[in-house]
Parts: sequence; C-alpha cells; structure tokens
Amino acid sequence: MNPGAHNSAVKTELCRRYRFAASHRLHNPALSEQENNRLYGKCNNPYGHGHNYILEVLVSGKIDPSTGMIANLADLDGFVEREVLEPFDHKSLNEDVDAFRGTVPTTENLCIEIFRRLKPFPKAKLERIRVQETSNNSFEYAGDNPEGFEG
Amino acid sequence: MVLLTRKIEFAASHLYHNPDFSPEENRRVFGKCNNPHGHGHNYTLEVTVAGEPDPVTGMVLDLKDLKEILEREVMQRMDHRFLNYEVPELAGQIPTCENIARVIWNLLDPKIKQGKLHRVRLYETPDLFADCYRNGSERAKA
Repeated sequence: MNPGAHNSAVKTELCRRYRFAASHRLHNPALSEQENNRLYGKCNNPYGHGHNYILEVLVSGKIDPSTGMIANLADLDGFVEREVLEPFDHKSLNEDVDAFRGTVPTTENLCIEIFRRLKPFPKAKLERIRVQETSNNSFEYAGDNPEGFEG
Repeated sequence: MVLLTRKIEFAASHLYHNPDFSPEENRRVFGKCNNPHGHGHNYTLEVTVAGEPDPVTGMVLDLKDLKEILEREVMQRMDHRFLNYEVPELAGQIPTCENIARVIWNLLDPKIKQGKLHRVRLYETPDLFADCYRNGSERAKA
C-alpha cells in the first residue's frame, strides 16, 4: 500500500473510549472519623457509592501502511478488557482491586493504577489516559512522560 | 498563546481492504470493516489553531476564514463521499481514522496563515478518534 500522507512532521494518536461502572468509598484509615468526613464529605459515606466511569486510552505509533492503523482496535480492546474492564467493571474498587487495599480510590489514584496496567500494551505506545468520573469531573495521567499531554 | 477550536461534521462511507492481503487475511485484520460494499459514519472534526489574539481584532484568526478553509478543503472533498474511491489524497491508503486525520492535517496546515495549526481531532464515532499534532522537533520551529 502507498505510504501516502505519511509525514514524520506529524504525530498521530489513536484514542478509544471505554466505560465501566464501579463503586468506591473515599476513606483514609490513618485519619480520624471527623477528618475523613471533613475531607471527603459524602464520598466518605460508609457503604460507598458508584459511578459510571468513562476511560479514554490514547496511544501513538507509526501508522502501518498495510493496515492504515497505529494499532488494531481489536488488540487494544482485548487488552483494555483484560487489564481494566474485566477486573473493574461492576466491582468495588476498595474491596475487589488489590491496588486500593492501602490506597484511597480517588480518580487520581484510579488513573495511576489504570495507566500502570495499560502501559505494557505491546502494539503501540501508551501516551496518556483520561478518566471521567462524572460529566463534571475528569482526570488525566501520562505517567512520567511530559510529552504525553501534548501530542 | 490561545487555542481556538472549530468543529464541523461530515458524513462519508469507506471500507478497509488491502489488495496485497488474501480475502481471509483482509477479513481477519479488518473484520466487518472489510464488508465489500462499505459502510458509513458521521465524522466530527475538531480543528484547533494556536496563536496570540490580534490586538486590533481580538482574534487568533477570523472564524469565518477558518470556516471557509474547512468548507473548501474538507467538506467539499469528503462530505457525502466514498472515501476510498472519491478522495484522491486517500488513494492507496486504508481510510482509517488515523489516515483520514493525517490527510486533513496535511490539507489544512499550509492553508492556515494566521496562527498555527495545533491539533486535528477526528471522531469516527463518539468512542473512537484520532489526533494529529506537529511533531516535537517541528513544533519547536513553528
């Protein structure tokens, strides 16, 4: 196939959006009940609560001229399904995900854990992820790669 | 620096097929995107231009000019077209979201004279999009 418009002056990223629903409770056992309550407000309610999370995964790489793709979506979907959606969807982040046994499952920490899980994706470079907790809150994480935020 | 973004939508059809692959390979790699008569999407394009607002007009660039560039370069070429057969810039390429975004970047970059093209984001569906940026070394020159 014709490499056509391929041009090293342009960097291309592929971005895919996924959804999962999970519950969490923001609570730090090192703090007093009062402090937890003051700090986390209703997110500290004892039985937790849930969100429909939206996860955006952004990867970069050379576009393979024979497929026109940075990464085959089937490979990316399978990887994200195995590493994030299957272990997180319809789960309690506090109870069901080992990483949050000793870490408060804020969406900041959730971003860091999801990035850690997706970083080894073998078919393209993980640039960054974005997690939307509600339509008013979203968080982005690019690991230790400052360029991950700016294309 | 201020970033200015304009959005347009166009509808087009495409299919993924590499003539160098066997029918089985095409099917395996491209799945239902290889269906022979193609299929379509409503594409959403977001074009972001970076620059300093002109002290007289307060604008990075005139949105009307950007609208005309997008109309001429993208809408007239791609809207209600079969991308594989009717867009010469995509000839010989698989019209994936990545490749279409790159073609759009290459069409727009030389036409934007006020400010600098910063990002091209093309949504094929709400859950799939591709972004193009100027590469690091080129960005330093821009």
